[in-house]
Amino acid sequence: MPQLSQLALVYQSQWFWLLLVLVTLYFVVGRGIVSKVESTVDARDKQIASDLATAERLQAEAARSEEAWREQMNAAHAEGQARAAEAKAKAMREAEQRIAKADQEIAAKTEAAGAALAEARNSALAEIESVAVEAAQEIVAKLTGAKVTAKAARDAVTGAMSRA
Amino acid sequence: MAAAAKIDPMHQFAIAPIAGEELVASPFMFTNSALWMLIVTAAIVVFMWGGTRRQLVPGRWQAAVEVVTGFVGNITRQNIGPEGRAFLPWVFTAFMFILFSNWIGALPLAIVGPHPFTVTSQFTVTGVLSLTSFAIVLAVGFWKHGLHFFSLFVPHGTPFILKILIAPIEFISFLVRPFSLGLRPFVAMFAGHILLEVFGNFVVQGLNAGIDGSPLGWAIAVLCFVFVIGVNALELLVGAIQAFVFALLTALYIKDAVHLH
Repeated sequence: MPQLSQLALVYQSQWFWLLLVLVTLYFVVGRGIVSKVESTVDARDKQIASDLATAERLQAEAARSEEAWREQMNAAHAEGQARAAEAKAKAMREAEQRIAKADQEIAAKTEAAGAALAEARNSALAEIESVAVEAAQEIVAKLTGAKVTAKAARDAVTGAMSRA
Repeated sequence: MAAAAKIDPMHQFAIAPIAGEELVASPFMFTNSALWMLIVTAAIVVFMWGGTRRQLVPGRWQAAVEVVTGFVGNITRQNIGPEGRAFLPWVFTAFMFILFSNWIGALPLAIVGPHPFTVTSQFTVTGVLSLTSFAIVLAVGFWKHGLHFFSLFVPHGTPFILKILIAPIEFISFLVRPFSLGLRPFVAMFAGHILLEVFGNFVVQGLNAGIDGSPLGWAIAVLCFVFVIGVNALELLVGAIQAFVFALLTALYIKDAVHLH
């Protein structure tokens, strides 16, 4: 077993080189590189955590703004419907008013026309009466030679016309 | 008939000077062991260097380095707690040194030339590692708790009579720790490499016998070759496990010193 038989010869150089190597590794790798690598890993973990937090915050923000947008849209829809209903009601009111006014005008015109007709009829009747009175006087004078007064002729005519 | 080669499974553990001089007892003697320590160190530094690119999205190499540091970092954090951060450099150094020594020592480089030397198969090496861990435990224990550190040997809530019995046992088991800690990786590498050497020789001797006309020789060579492959795989596993066990036990012992149960 060389480890034992050579012990006296090699232990000094073994320990010397081993200590050299271990001290080098301890300071270069153990204290140097390892802490660097660990800080890299820590920085990455921190970045991931903060990125996740930001994403969560942004998601909540997006949800909030979407909610606000929806509320706004709902309000706009409601307002539009209200305005449409109002305009419809107004238009109907105006149409009714116009129709009522037109009805009144038509009624007035009808009445006036009726009155004018009645007047024309009366004057035509009066004319017919006077013509009939004159004709009756002349007919009586021609047939009988008697003179009939206008008054008697008119009475006879009105009596005949009211019987007709 | 080829002369049966003499199997010398111990030769691979012999330390020899690099420049062909006589091996002398000097601290500055540059041996094959020292050379492979430097190779292991260089390999660790090169590997770790790949982890210093500090990219937000790591490449494969950086990710591998981060996995290793995270693994050893977890060993210290989970066993020692937040104070474990201070002990990570040493635990990591020991872990990487044992892991890379074990694996580099198991590389089949001898096929192309140089025989790799497994530095962790020397108890002079593993002993220094375990004594360093033990020294840290003692230093932390006495620095943090003073003489109160000795209460580590007296479990809580035991009757007085049992305390008298248990304290010496605990004390002895505490003193055995550096030996078991240092011997474990040494024995694992020592035994594994003897096994590889012996069965590797069986392959060669079986081939020789087969060439000499013995059909049984071929069968033995094939059988031993398959076995060597299996042992090699096991050796890689053991190499990683020994590094993990050393790091884990170091962390546990430091935990005892930091928290006293």
